[in-house]
Amino acid sequence: MTGGATDTVARPLLELTGITKRYGDLLANDDVSLRVAPGEVVAMLGENGAGKSTLMKVVYGLVRPDAGTVAVDGRPLDISSPKDAMGAGIGMVTQEFSLVETMTVTDNVALSGTGLGRVDRAETRRRVVEAMERVGVSLDPDRLVGSLSIGERQRVEIVKALFHDCRVVILDEPTAVLTPQDVRALFETVRRLRAAGLGILVVSHKLREVAEISDRVVVLRRGRLVGDRVTATVRDEELAALMMGGSTDEVAAATATPAGEPSELEAAVGMGDPEPVQPAGAGPTTGEPVLLLTGLTVSRGGRDVLSGIDLTVRAGEIVGLAGVSGNGQTELVEVLSGTLPVTSGTLEVDGQDVTSADVGRRLAAGLGRLTEDRRGSVVPQMSVEYNLVLEDLPAYTKRGLLDRKAVRAHAEAMIERFDIRARPADAVATLSGGNMQKVLLARALARRPRVLVVAQPTRGLDIGAYRYVHQQLDELRTEGAGVLLVSEDLDELRALSDRVVVLFRGEVVGEMPVAEASPDRLGVLMAGGGSS
Amino acid sequence: MKFVLRGHEPRWLAPVAVLVAVLVTLALTAVPIRLAGAAPLAAYERYLVTPLTSTHGLHEVLLTATPLLFTGIAVAIAFRAGYWNIGAEGQFLLGAIGTTWVGTTFTDLPAPVALPLGFLAGAAGGLLWAVVPAWLKRRAGIDEVVTTLLLNPVALLVVQGLLNGPWRNSSSGFTDSDRLGSGFDLPALIPDSRVHWGFGVAVVVIVVTGVVLARTATGVRIKAAGQAPRAAEFSGVDVGRLQWRCALVSGAIAGLGGASQVMGVQHQLTAGISDGYGYTGVIVATLGGLSAIGVVLVALLLGDISVGAQNVSLVLQVPAQLGAMFSALLLLAVLSAMSWRRYRLQWRPRPRSGGSR
Repeated sequence: MTGGATDTVARPLLELTGITKRYGDLLANDDVSLRVAPGEVVAMLGENGAGKSTLMKVVYGLVRPDAGTVAVDGRPLDISSPKDAMGAGIGMVTQEFSLVETMTVTDNVALSGTGLGRVDRAETRRRVVEAMERVGVSLDPDRLVGSLSIGERQRVEIVKALFHDCRVVILDEPTAVLTPQDVRALFETVRRLRAAGLGILVVSHKLREVAEISDRVVVLRRGRLVGDRVTATVRDEELAALMMGGSTDEVAAATATPAGEPSELEAAVGMGDPEPVQPAGAGPTTGEPVLLLTGLTVSRGGRDVLSGIDLTVRAGEIVGLAGVSGNGQTELVEVLSGTLPVTSGTLEVDGQDVTSADVGRRLAAGLGRLTEDRRGSVVPQMSVEYNLVLEDLPAYTKRGLLDRKAVRAHAEAMIERFDIRARPADAVATLSGGNMQKVLLARALARRPRVLVVAQPTRGLDIGAYRYVHQQLDELRTEGAGVLLVSEDLDELRALSDRVVVLFRGEVVGEMPVAEASPDRLGVLMAGGGSS
Repeated sequence: MKFVLRGHEPRWLAPVAVLVAVLVTLALTAVPIRLAGAAPLAAYERYLVTPLTSTHGLHEVLLTATPLLFTGIAVAIAFRAGYWNIGAEGQFLLGAIGTTWVGTTFTDLPAPVALPLGFLAGAAGGLLWAVVPAWLKRRAGIDEVVTTLLLNPVALLVVQGLLNGPWRNSSSGFTDSDRLGSGFDLPALIPDSRVHWGFGVAVVVIVVTGVVLARTATGVRIKAAGQAPRAAEFSGVDVGRLQWRCALVSGAIAGLGGASQVMGVQHQLTAGISDGYGYTGVIVATLGGLSAIGVVLVALLLGDISVGAQNVSLVLQVPAQLGAMFSALLLLAVLSAMSWRRYRLQWRPRPRSGGSR
């Protein structure tokens, strides 16, 4: 272990050497070496599937590498569980929090560390408060975690890492679930951690965030570390090129699209102009309403999860629906899809009242659906070809029997048109997330819907699939269909939508043309600031 | 070493997996056969081969397989839809009761009327017994595994109650029902054998079911409902209603099995009318991969083993229960082997630990 040849002055806190991990034919990590120094924020960029998650799991002891070592403070470690990692001073904040909602902040922080011995509550509480002060987190230590916002819960997770004297903190896609205000608070916390001499590794696929918070950027592509740059001097185009594997020139060309139009690449990597831009289809839309919600109210368990929603989507426009998760978007998509009943109000698709219609009649009226729950929309063990026709079986029935040739021909056509990397008879379970999404997209678009309801269409997709999905939605708009785009990714919403509607606690709290939908304004509305 | 999800299933895999399972089963059953004082190889020959070497043996295999064809396909339909009907035994018994009731009430009917009526009554009896758990499942979400299973002994008590009370044999006084009217006797399917037309009805039911499951929109919906109810619901399939219907069809087919056994073999209701056919049906359906052709093959195999077991116990003086043991071990072995169809084993070298040490 020689530390002399590093490009950082200080001795590395965390050092990965030659990490290699293979899953079957897939080389998830290929000889990855990486160092994080004390007081340094390193951002790890990479598209989905580049191997970031695997590398994080190796560091955190959830996956054993086939080769390579993890060292903290120059000491090679044998990490085989998150407990080992924590013991070695590595703390990880993942996208899914491991918090007990019915316990207080203090108890949650203490929970992970204490063994079976007695807990000195007063002492623990004092130490928790101290840890919070160190990073400028102000939370009531006696509040129940269940009453905290997502951003606050994330801060509890960070405090947890500090409480265990972690010296390296890994943040995995930390901004994925946050409002812009929360993101700002998070970055402030990260700066305090850096000032305290901790090493921080931020895993992300958003260039803008990386530029704002990190000192150094490493780029992972197809399992290999393809770039290591100082944030202050690197150009965004160069990072994007490294991530995507295209040549820098190609990327530069792609980003240099005519002024005012966001390129797909910019949208994809989140480095578009932070000020709102005028999308292609903006301006007053005069198309027919293809989706019309009037006073739509839905109760679940005696509570209104959606109350009095009025919403119109016209032909030829994309309406973006913004909101922090858990404010009724999921229910709205379900109720439109026909899997959740309407309590009151009406719902029209292309002029037809489908308020109490079943799924089949809604589809016949011209509704297309692409929900965030991909696995809940396909039959995993069933073949691609039958999943493709699942919603339209009568059309493939001749004299009572399935026309297997027609089913196969349809599948081949869809595979060709949507570039699905699979054979018709393959079980959908064996497809990658991107290909599964393409199957669902193909199924939703095959019947030429008048209006498409999509939720988180690009979540978990690699950049190629991301661009592809955006392109398809854009084409759908050009062809004159309406799109209701539900997304938690503001960049995506602002890049694609003509209008943005904000949902908060089951109510529409704001509606504006995309030109006025700045992240700040949306953030205020999403946090409930516009309802008073 | 770990299991990895397969992308494609090679065509040779299923037969090879079954073969491996059979070999494992043979190896495992060798121990008790030895303990019973017989030579395993000789016993295997008598279990599996002897019944097939004579015309009489072949006929007996078909006869024994007949009730299993009914209960096997009945269970397969329900399982496909994700409705775990373990109650084919009770439904079979209620079918037998229904047929006996019409057969002993309308004794003078001629065969062309009596036989369809007998089957109809059997289907109605089985359906009736399937309604309650299916309704409880649909209306109140009560787990059908428990309700269908617990109704089986109840059905047997109903049979015994009838035979000890109102249906006690009027001439002999034994706890068997009166003989059915002669119009209700199923004719022989193969001349000079005990194989009756119930076998023919079973084959028709299986062919129809097989076509529906494999080649129609309904079959695809049933499969979707069984494998991924949420996705099926999303695609517009009313999963609850589909399971309800499959549950009733399943019960009716199991009831047909009871009708076939009463009209084709016993010609009266007896407490032993079902030799656990409903339970064995679960084995038949599962081993047969819930497919029509699989049900046929497994029912014939189990019929073969069952006929062979009687032969073995007579000739080699080992307990007849070894046959049941053989079937049970085979089920376990095949189920284990079938996991290979979806997963493959991956051997991975031990990771080099620690690196520099």
